[in-house]
Amino acid sequence: MNILIVGVGGQGTILTARVLGEYAQRMGLDVKVSEVHGMAQRGGCVVTHVRMEKTVLSPLIEEGTADVILAFEAMEAMRWLPRLKMGGLVIAAKDRIVPPSVTNGQAKYPENVAANLPENTIWVDAVELAKKAGSVRAANIVLLGVFTAAAGLDQEQMRQAIVQSVRPVFREMNDSAFTLGYGAVNA
Amino acid sequence: MIKTMLLGNQAIAYGALDAGVSVLAAYPGTPSTEIAETAAGFETMQTQWAANEIVAAEVAMGASVSGARAVCCMKHVGLNVASEVLFTGAYTGVNGAMVFVVADDPGMHSSQNEQDTRLIAAAAHVPVLEPADSQQAYDFMRLAVLMSEACDMPTIVRMTTRTSHARSVVMRGEAWPQEKRAYEKNVRKYVMAPANAAFRKTTLQDRLMAAAEFAAEHGLNTVHKGSGKIGIICAGIVSTYVKEAVPEADVLQLGLVNPLNEKEILAFAQSVETLYVAEELEPHLLNAVRSFGIVCEPIDTSYIGELSVRKIRQALGLSVPQALPAFTDLAPRPPMLCAGCPHRAVFYVLSKLKATVFGDIGCYTLGSMPPLSAMDTTLCMGASIGMAHGAELGMGRDFARKSVAVIGDSTFFHSGLSGLASAVYNQANTTVVIVDNGTTGMTGHQDNPATGKTLGGEEVTPIKIEEVCAALGARSVRVVDPLNIDEMETAIRQSWEEDGVSVVISRRPCVMIVKKREPAFKVDPDKCIACGRCIGLGCPALLRENNRKAMINSDACIGCGLCARVCPVNSIGGKNQ
Repeated sequence: MNILIVGVGGQGTILTARVLGEYAQRMGLDVKVSEVHGMAQRGGCVVTHVRMEKTVLSPLIEEGTADVILAFEAMEAMRWLPRLKMGGLVIAAKDRIVPPSVTNGQAKYPENVAANLPENTIWVDAVELAKKAGSVRAANIVLLGVFTAAAGLDQEQMRQAIVQSVRPVFREMNDSAFTLGYGAVNA
Repeated sequence: MIKTMLLGNQAIAYGALDAGVSVLAAYPGTPSTEIAETAAGFETMQTQWAANEIVAAEVAMGASVSGARAVCCMKHVGLNVASEVLFTGAYTGVNGAMVFVVADDPGMHSSQNEQDTRLIAAAAHVPVLEPADSQQAYDFMRLAVLMSEACDMPTIVRMTTRTSHARSVVMRGEAWPQEKRAYEKNVRKYVMAPANAAFRKTTLQDRLMAAAEFAAEHGLNTVHKGSGKIGIICAGIVSTYVKEAVPEADVLQLGLVNPLNEKEILAFAQSVETLYVAEELEPHLLNAVRSFGIVCEPIDTSYIGELSVRKIRQALGLSVPQALPAFTDLAPRPPMLCAGCPHRAVFYVLSKLKATVFGDIGCYTLGSMPPLSAMDTTLCMGASIGMAHGAELGMGRDFARKSVAVIGDSTFFHSGLSGLASAVYNQANTTVVIVDNGTTGMTGHQDNPATGKTLGGEEVTPIKIEEVCAALGARSVRVVDPLNIDEMETAIRQSWEEDGVSVVISRRPCVMIVKKREPAFKVDPDKCIACGRCIGLGCPALLRENNRKAMINSDACIGCGLCARVCPVNSIGGKNQ
């Protein structure tokens, strides 16, 4: 499975990818996670590639090959759409982060992101649910909960993978964020 | 056997640990930084941030000559700085192993150029190993240590962004003990006076070719048998793309990319009908294979950026997955200075003064971006001071009254010191603004000689930048908090008017290392006249749409108050208002 995690620097995409890496290992799969470090992290677009299969060669998810795009920001889902496999799933946070190009009046934030995403899209009130769990910073784990439910992954193993990957003080908050995300799909 | 999931860079560090390496020195640079950060956690290894890459290489070389196994790490452009150690170190050879880990950046994700380390290594006659994933990064690091000692040569492990920053499973082998060779004085080998160097050079080719034999003995190059129709020679990350793109192809994956083993290449060429070479950046393998008189074609003839599975399939006329079209008019989202970044205030003042700004390398390079657009040049580490001096020589004293060099604290210790000394010595009238945010920001907040902390977290006496500048003969040194924009403007104007080299130190810590944040500021919509002056700061916490009144995102604002200072109608207030 190819999962492309997209967002804006500072949103916690790398941690999410690490959780998925841990999950894949628990499921006995080969896995490669490709991260962006350095300059792009300063508020720019950030993309993390997670590939889990029996054997993974390239660490990258290319055009038309992502089974899932997990978008932490609405417009970023649009930006990376060419990577989606035809008929693939998009899970997108409704939250908008307006780039300075829009603030300065040089560009426009797309008026109707939903109309530009494929039918197979799940919208998530990620920040809203994360606040319920205790902090906006748990939005990434909310999305992970949604993804786990939507893709029919092993819920228990994913919870264990989260416990393994986050600092102990945040465990409780992340567990409730995961539950809220997971529940958002079944409801 | 320990099985663990590691970044390529972490795998390099563990490879060094398990190869009995005692000393590791580095200067931070994306995509290489995490190697030293990982090694810093190893109790048995001496690790450090050196002031720059050549110092890192010299430190490692000293450890090697004395008898210990040593590693230095850097990004590709860091090898330019360290290349003198590489070129002459190839002549001297080693005692304990000496390994350069160099991370190239095809596609320039975080770099000012995409030079190819393989060509520098070929010019220096030094062997290069190139891993494809974290497991190979670990294995090849260990083999690079053995090869260095077996061939009496420094060796290079070449990483690329995609191998450095991909995480995959690594099986660690049995750790080798930290063996140290005895130190023996050997003037003919280690003192590169002309006669000795001339003698050592006569042994250079033999020692280099021994690396090719070592590679054959240790199975560094591997053949993946296919149908015999198409053969592809490749290495490193590209070999993962090749194997995925053309599963039926015969693949010769070179673990050693310099020098090449002629017999091995010839045998592979003869086993296939059509031979291709797949590589990113320079046609290094292509030219080497052709030099053996073998007919082959390149997969990529652009010599720019990264390869991909898709590009390889397209080059071979194979089908590629269908994909949705890109949205061409999406708002761009380039990297930018953080909310509350102290650099922003400096660039606001420089922009207001319409200064010509000779910039340098670090987060502050983002000062070149709109809306501040307050940087004219960024070339290489430390170039700001020399270029500002050169511009004065070229255009005259008045030009220097409207121009500044801008350099960060870490970059100043990396290669600004010599530029400053040279400017003072040659009676320049340069104004140097040292943006001291107390960290090496862009690479992820590493320490440097001015921060008072080492790579291992030890507290040390910080070197004071103002004292260094004064000692180097700066005519004046003014230390200013950049948020006092009036004081900053005055300091720069005064520096422009006085003769000699003037230094303004803009001192305020990076917002990412200061845990404490002030309450967010607010815009009073009754007072705001929608003039856009605050928006012109380019702060990500300031928002407005369709040229309406400004708003502040209270989640993003850290309360620096710069926007309140530039507001002409006092519509922005902080905690006390």
